[in-house]
Amino acid sequence: MTAVPAPAAPAPLVPEYARTRIPTAAGLAGAAAGALTLLGLGWTFWHGLRQPHLAAAFAALIVAGELAASRTGERHTAPLATAGALAYALLGECAGTPAAHGVPQIVAVVSTATLAGAVPRVARVRGPFVADQLTRRVLATAFAATCFQPLFTTGALGRLTGGSGPAYALCLVLVLALTALCDAVLGAALARSRNGWPFVPLLRDELRALRGIGSAMVATGAVMALAVAVAGAWALPVFSLPLLLTQLQFRRYAAVRRTYRQTIASLARATEIAGYTPAGHARRVAALSRAVGRELGLAEAELDVLEQAALMHDIGQLSLVDPVPEGATQPLAATDRRRIALLGSAVVRRTGVGTAVARIVERQADPYRDQPLAARIVRAANDYDDLAAGSRLLRPLHALERLRLDTASTYDPRVVGALHGVVTRVAGGPADGAGRAVDRGTDR
Amino acid sequence: MRMPAVGHALIAGAAVCALCCAAPAVVGWSRTPWGTVLLLAGLYALCEPVWRVIQGGSEGLAGFYPVLLAAAFLLEPAQAALVAVPGALLAPVRGEPVAARRIWRAAQLSLGTAAAAGAAWRLLGDGRLDRPAFPSLLLPGLAVALVFCLAVGLLEAAVLAAAERRPPRAALRALPGSVPPYLVHGLAGLMMAVLWHSRYGPVSALFVLLPMHISCWVFDRYHRERAAHQATIRALVHAVDIKDRYTRGHSERVGRASVLIGRELGLAEDRQEVLRFAGILHDVGKLGVPTRILRKDGPLTDDERRIIQLHPEYGHEMVRGIGFLEDARAAILHHHERLDGRGYPYGLAGTQIPEFARVVAVADAFDAMTSTRSYSRARAVPAALAELQACAGRQFDPRMVRALVRAVGRHGWHAAVTSDETALPAATVCKNASATESDDRPTRSEGAR
Repeated sequence: MTAVPAPAAPAPLVPEYARTRIPTAAGLAGAAAGALTLLGLGWTFWHGLRQPHLAAAFAALIVAGELAASRTGERHTAPLATAGALAYALLGECAGTPAAHGVPQIVAVVSTATLAGAVPRVARVRGPFVADQLTRRVLATAFAATCFQPLFTTGALGRLTGGSGPAYALCLVLVLALTALCDAVLGAALARSRNGWPFVPLLRDELRALRGIGSAMVATGAVMALAVAVAGAWALPVFSLPLLLTQLQFRRYAAVRRTYRQTIASLARATEIAGYTPAGHARRVAALSRAVGRELGLAEAELDVLEQAALMHDIGQLSLVDPVPEGATQPLAATDRRRIALLGSAVVRRTGVGTAVARIVERQADPYRDQPLAARIVRAANDYDDLAAGSRLLRPLHALERLRLDTASTYDPRVVGALHGVVTRVAGGPADGAGRAVDRGTDR
Repeated sequence: MRMPAVGHALIAGAAVCALCCAAPAVVGWSRTPWGTVLLLAGLYALCEPVWRVIQGGSEGLAGFYPVLLAAAFLLEPAQAALVAVPGALLAPVRGEPVAARRIWRAAQLSLGTAAAAGAAWRLLGDGRLDRPAFPSLLLPGLAVALVFCLAVGLLEAAVLAAAERRPPRAALRALPGSVPPYLVHGLAGLMMAVLWHSRYGPVSALFVLLPMHISCWVFDRYHRERAAHQATIRALVHAVDIKDRYTRGHSERVGRASVLIGRELGLAEDRQEVLRFAGILHDVGKLGVPTRILRKDGPLTDDERRIIQLHPEYGHEMVRGIGFLEDARAAILHHHERLDGRGYPYGLAGTQIPEFARVVAVADAFDAMTSTRSYSRARAVPAALAELQACAGRQFDPRMVRALVRAVGRHGWHAAVTSDETALPAATVCKNASATESDDRPTRSEGAR
């Protein structure tokens, strides 16, 4: 007997169902990044490293940025390193003397430093997430450098801006904005290729992320390139300070968000431990809801709200004096279900997850035409799980059939259609009968 | 509250000083680079309200100073004094009297900026940014930020003392803690100034502000998310209250008593926080106990008692997966263990019981005795402490009991007693387990005794 049982390995809160993977795009992007790196390295070895002190300074910054970010799993895992890489790509001069590093050397230095700094992360985080991050870094740097360096060295940029400093600064930002946009498209394509989710919502999420840390990265990249041009390599540590602060804030934010999600999952498990609902019901409904929501093209923020609502949809049962038989709300009369929904939304309103979640929980028992889309999804996912998985009443396809028979008033046909897609892929997938769930590896 | 005459005098004096400071810039009209002054002033007026909105009520600096510090590096003292004025006059203020506060803020920031510009003038000399050499520019830059911090902080302390009659010592004590954010703003100001002065011009200086703003924005989101998280923890506790109505407020109070003990034991701040959560959530497993049993009036049967005694294990299971509560989990599992090994669920004895569990056990019993329950009435705090001391060594860890006695002696204890405060004489000893165990009402056999 031990006083403190060993903590179990942290499982993902809500496993996410993946669709069939389409690895072509990811493979192509990875191959392109690898080829560019080899090309850059070969070129640099052949022609020698130009301005080695500058290269060393930027490489050090990138390695430090990667190391500083190695413990987090956010979308932009190493903003400082990315900003440093972009600044190196856009560096025209250093303290008055023109920079002599070409595109191949930029790619070589950035990919070497990124790889060196990412070693701890590669060791710690499983899955293709880190590989995709590295691919994105190399391709974005190469893109920015290819846009900028030829223009600069041929003097075209000088003619374009008429030798004016402010116009030059604006040009840098323009190139960086273009790079960020292309990087967002690449990121969405990679995510689609890994998980098979619809492209447009993924792109929307990538573009939305640009507003936050993305714009800070772009601004810092431009500032660093300009500051090194004015004051030399010593400007790098000083000018990385604001972004470092931003990164620290983001890390604290990510940590508190993670804890928050865990707490909500615990609150959701309360009904299971109390014996009101079958074990794993809340998690299954949340995972199904998320998959259906993704299928229907909801954005990441909407998916988060949907997931929270799905996790807590049965919380109202805690207020019942006697448990519902087998915890399945599907067979209950509509009035009882509505009562549980109202009790649940009263609890949810106290949790600080926001009124959006409470409203979904509140409306989960209504006929679908009165419901918001998220509530329709939660209702269909819950009833499917009650029928098929929770109480083993029916086989999955029978359960779906039951839902489909009720699409006149209770269930939204679109939602049931999407649910059908998700369930058949998971249950009848070619690889394994139990279905495959991916650990998202990120906690946004 | 009306402002005392000293306050009026101080504000008027500061305003006159600021005017005198800025006068040379207006008198020497033709020498002043009005373009730079107006641009910086407009930038500050734009940034300040945004900053206020983002910062909300959270801690941090009261203003957005990189622009002012950039002005201190770029301009002469008299000119720099002008930069702060429009932003300070236009920015929203909290509290009455609005006009006096606005004037004070403008005067305070003008004087601070002028002082910083004076320091920059002395330390860096004319043409200081023409050829910026970085490592050597850092130290003077930080010194300038420090001068600004001192000037603003001292004036703040003075006005708090004069106009709001607050002890100036408290304001002065907060000054060292606010130095690092000022230094960060100072570095950002230095960067802005270097870029502004370079051939890339003011546009490039603006890029410095963006990461700063985003940093503040994330800071604000962090605070909101943390508040939401705490609300969720409270919701967990509230869910227990729904089921077990007679223990309302018990969890919060146990959390409070646990922190009192933890502070007395000299635990670090973050450990105290974990202890607070352990106290708050110690009964969360009651969610797993059927409501009928929890709400039952009258004595419990042995079976029902056994079911209730499962609640530590339920709670332990429930908070699994909440990363930061790992230590609190052990306390939740073992808060009904007794030092002599006769507790549940595992019958651990002595130091086998995790430290936090021993703390929560004492806090739990203390609150159970000092608050009114359906089966017993509240006792006076000294009586409850005496009872705990009588049971120390057998049921409770004497160290924790001593800590609680000391803490209550020092800080007092305000139990929110729900009904009348007439306490019953407490002559029971710990043979009667029900007196000191919070959750276990007398069983039928004991009730008959």
